[in-house]
Amino acid sequence: MSKPIELTIDGRKVVAEEGETILKAAKKNGIYVPTLCYLEGVSSFGGCRLCMVEIKGSPRLFASCITPVAEGMEVLTDSERLRRYRKWAVELLLAERPHVCSVCVANGSCELQQLATELGVDHLRVDREWTDYEVDLTHERFAYDPNRCILCTRCIRVCDEVEGVHTLDLMLRGKNSKVVFDLDENWGFSQSCTSCGKCSAACPVGALYVKGKPLSEVKKKDLVSFIMERRSGK
Amino acid sequence: MKPDELRGLAQKEQEARKSYRFRINVCCSSGCMPFGALRVLTAFRDAVREFKVEEECYVARTGCIGTCSLAPAVLVEPGDYLYQNVTPERAREIVKEHIVNGRPVKSMLYGNEAFFKKQLRVVLRNTGKIDPLRIEDYIAVGGYYALLKALTRMTPQGVIEEVALSGLKGRGGAGFLTGLKWRYVARAPGSPKYVIANLDEGDPGVFANRTLAEADPHAILEGMAIAAYAVGSQKGYIYVRSEYPLAVQTLKKAIEAAKSMGFLGENIFETSFSFDVELRLGAGAFVAGEETAILASIEGRRAMPRPRPPYPAQSGLWGKPTLVNNVETLANVPVILLKGSEWFSSIGSKNCTGTKCFSLTGKVNNPGLIEVPMGITLREVVFEIGGGVPPGRRFKAVQVGGPSGGFLPEQLLDLPIDYESLTKAGAIMGSGGIVVLDDTSCMVDTAKFFTEFCVDESCGKCTPCRAGLHKLFKILDGFTRGEGSVEDLSKVEDLCEFIKEASLCGLGQTAPNPTLTTLRYFRDEYVAHVMDKRCPAGKCFRSGGGGGVE
Repeated sequence: MSKPIELTIDGRKVVAEEGETILKAAKKNGIYVPTLCYLEGVSSFGGCRLCMVEIKGSPRLFASCITPVAEGMEVLTDSERLRRYRKWAVELLLAERPHVCSVCVANGSCELQQLATELGVDHLRVDREWTDYEVDLTHERFAYDPNRCILCTRCIRVCDEVEGVHTLDLMLRGKNSKVVFDLDENWGFSQSCTSCGKCSAACPVGALYVKGKPLSEVKKKDLVSFIMERRSGK
Repeated sequence: MKPDELRGLAQKEQEARKSYRFRINVCCSSGCMPFGALRVLTAFRDAVREFKVEEECYVARTGCIGTCSLAPAVLVEPGDYLYQNVTPERAREIVKEHIVNGRPVKSMLYGNEAFFKKQLRVVLRNTGKIDPLRIEDYIAVGGYYALLKALTRMTPQGVIEEVALSGLKGRGGAGFLTGLKWRYVARAPGSPKYVIANLDEGDPGVFANRTLAEADPHAILEGMAIAAYAVGSQKGYIYVRSEYPLAVQTLKKAIEAAKSMGFLGENIFETSFSFDVELRLGAGAFVAGEETAILASIEGRRAMPRPRPPYPAQSGLWGKPTLVNNVETLANVPVILLKGSEWFSSIGSKNCTGTKCFSLTGKVNNPGLIEVPMGITLREVVFEIGGGVPPGRRFKAVQVGGPSGGFLPEQLLDLPIDYESLTKAGAIMGSGGIVVLDDTSCMVDTAKFFTEFCVDESCGKCTPCRAGLHKLFKILDGFTRGEGSVEDLSKVEDLCEFIKEASLCGLGQTAPNPTLTTLRYFRDEYVAHVMDKRCPAGKCFRSGGGGGVE
């Protein structure tokens, strides 16, 4: 048994296990922290910056999905500053590629859309980008629209860590980063893809989806953690 | 190699050096090579033969002398006569007049004493004076003595204490106490442990680490070996950019030489300490110099930073405790061990000891590679060492710290150079770039230029840096083309604050500095752009936009 760690989150004393992340400790105690690139069951990425928290004594902000708890730590998951920054993060993601909810397959079951509503993002302070990536419809069951991708890398991580294939990865860098299949192959021609569909189940937005299926059935965020749980139980 | 052998070899080399009355050091670093340094070297060797003075004059192929504007530069010892813009023809004349007739060729001499006067060379102690490809040259000037001392007369703990007492801080930019970092790695549970020398210097206009590796590679290797002994590591990597071919070649040969002499490998100096060094080449990403991105790159993965903690000291290469130090930091170590921490801490200012190498570029009369004691003022660097801005021009700003360093105006020139003061003013020590701007530069355009660099170099992992910087660039670009309003200025500040505080790694956290400092110190230029649609420097609103830093 790892030793118990005591810390405070939003003024509440909580007990966590050694090595546990702040996010996990918060969740276990019913404290909500917004997340986006985080996916239970796979490794943490720490890229979207939605789950940032303040830790007393440090001017820095910490991604709670990846920062381990420490004895006596005083965590703040909500503040004026954090709300302001989370709003910026969502706005910038919405502006980065042409996210138009009304014509998106994920409309209504999109995590980015949900966060925008939740954080009060009602307009964008920066101009939108109108990227023009080709939509990949070559796979018989799935589709990939890079114009809707927010580069959270959940798909990459489930493909690598759960399915064990690593068909997906990132190409190029910065704003030109793109999730690709194999060495930038069309999905339908990917040699390594097992067509398991976990990537589309993990996608928080409408970038990877099952053709012709209702989104509520496709976006199964819990699927991955369910698989991981069953595996670790054995 | 046995301890006595090292002493014997050093003595032999020193005697050989003394047997020559003259020594001609021809700079063959990346700065002088494009200007025909190798042809000049050959010309000197031919001339020495022609005038039959081979017995008394030694021609050495060395690294950078520091005065890059004089390329190719040649230093004649004794007397440190510095010749500028040497051509093969002039080389012959120098041999004929200076060596044979004993009359230095005044017309070709660099007359500017001020460039060297305020400098203090600790890290660059040997650059331009030894042949980097001859390990014997390094041994002659006391090389590998510090390693010998550490291995035979000091405990690892003692080495760490000595480095800690010296007050040496990381020269890669963040300024973390080196002794403390070593202590963390030494105490961290886990084995094996690794030492990484960071030579991934990717900033535009910065060439200090590169020059060090090209001119004195063994100082880096010796520093690494001492660090490895202190923290209990047997394996080191030098992470160097593949865009530095000469540094790569020089380091490769240096590692080979050090191995064949027994300064690297098994049972160094017949002790139980073994240490091996390998080179790892970067593939071109600026962000790969970030300490967690280096780890990923060496492991063969995409060079993307990851959040800390855990720090590399706890969990680094392949999850093992790893020491990541900049090469300049490591090159300081042998001197600290030989001359003592007290000597080192007497240099510089109280909270910031030692020296710092800077690449001095931009609109100054004497650009080049300099090393100055910490605490020196920016004014001394720009106006005394750098010789000020070109005639007829007015100084406008100085950027300290590379592409994500802030721009400081004239009224802050008396700021002492140390980590704290620079950070407080909005600049950073960074990788040691100093870019001087005169009144021909537009500050809005310059901020845009450096923001664009960071946009290109963002790895794309975190939202603020990837998406935020791109938006910042777009807004600044709009300003230079007559778009935007005064309200946009506060939006820019708001966005910059978000990028600075929410970014995952140092790249994003410092990238808004050029914009924030220009907004702070040169706000009138922004106002002129957005209100009057006028560029005070006359750079913007032309077709094709501004030209950035020229």
